[in-house]
Amino acid sequence: MVLRVCRAVLGPMDADDAWSDTFLSAMKAYPDLRPGSNVEAWLVTIAHRKAIDQWRGRTRRAVPVADLSDRSDVGEPASADGLPGAWESDLWEALKALPPKQRQSVAYHYLAGLPYADVATVLGGSAAAARRAAADGIATLRRTYLNDTPRGEQR
Amino acid sequence: MMNTVPAPGSDEELFASLPTTDDGARRRLHARLVVDAAEAGILDVAYRTIDSPVGMLLLAATQKGLVRVAYAVEDHEAVLEQLADRVSPRVLRAPARLDEMASEIEEYFAGRRSGFDLPLDFKLAQGFRRTVLSHLPDIGYGQTATYAAIAAAAGNPGAVRAVGTACAKNPLPVVVPCHRVVRSDGTIGEYVGGVEAKQTLLSLESAA
Repeated sequence: MVLRVCRAVLGPMDADDAWSDTFLSAMKAYPDLRPGSNVEAWLVTIAHRKAIDQWRGRTRRAVPVADLSDRSDVGEPASADGLPGAWESDLWEALKALPPKQRQSVAYHYLAGLPYADVATVLGGSAAAARRAAADGIATLRRTYLNDTPRGEQR
Repeated sequence: MMNTVPAPGSDEELFASLPTTDDGARRRLHARLVVDAAEAGILDVAYRTIDSPVGMLLLAATQKGLVRVAYAVEDHEAVLEQLADRVSPRVLRAPARLDEMASEIEEYFAGRRSGFDLPLDFKLAQGFRRTVLSHLPDIGYGQTATYAAIAAAAGNPGAVRAVGTACAKNPLPVVVPCHRVVRSDGTIGEYVGGVEAKQTLLSLESAA
């Protein structure tokens, strides 16, 4: 779940780093977590902070042009191991184009499964605002991702 | 979470191309977390499993040494939860950290090792139980001793039942040889890994 959230918020390049930072921090803090706490919301909160750290860091370093060598398998089904080409090229492009608040609201509600009240706690602001941001994000994704690249066609 | 196939047209369908599980990534990230946690000094409990003639064994180690050996009948999931409760919640599967322990135990089962030379952490055994366990390595490989004899050696000849309890709750079976403690009437008695496992260990040792 956390990896999916990191990928949706940060993209395929930086998700691994964010996941690693999140779980290392979670392990450090784990003994202080109160029994009965909502572990999912807690992990998303940590991942959210790590994502913000990464955005700040990103402006200070060059984005590595990493191994895109096996991106030539466009149109092939995703292997169990790799990310589907469609995810990297289309969905992530569409997610990246969203304002951060919308992208985060969409990821934390739809991918992490948090109720809007918890999404609002992570992001700050009200549950209604989180719901609105997620709805706007989803509407944009439907337009930019589903319509512009009809499913099943050459990507 | 949301592993079901989304209905066409639903909002979840948007994310169908983003895998819910990714085993390759999970393995890669797990390995990285083990290294990072060890570097940060917060890998409190490392564990792995090994195959043996008495079934799958769970091995767990702290920074001090081997802290737990568990038979499958003890329920490995339950044992890991107990470790999280009583030792530290920072528990990670990290096979490489237990390579030395695993190979000594494998040598023992192959009949090529009659004693263990491993650092042990007795955190899970306190008080009289701990005292009892400290006397068990005195029973040599291939030998047996009675519960009564161990009670006497531990300084409390009347505590025969307590010796039985200490053996039944031995957190380090096989390595701390509670299987060498038998009943005064000559029958082999109970064992944490089951009577059959006890018989297997005693036969292995008497054959060597």
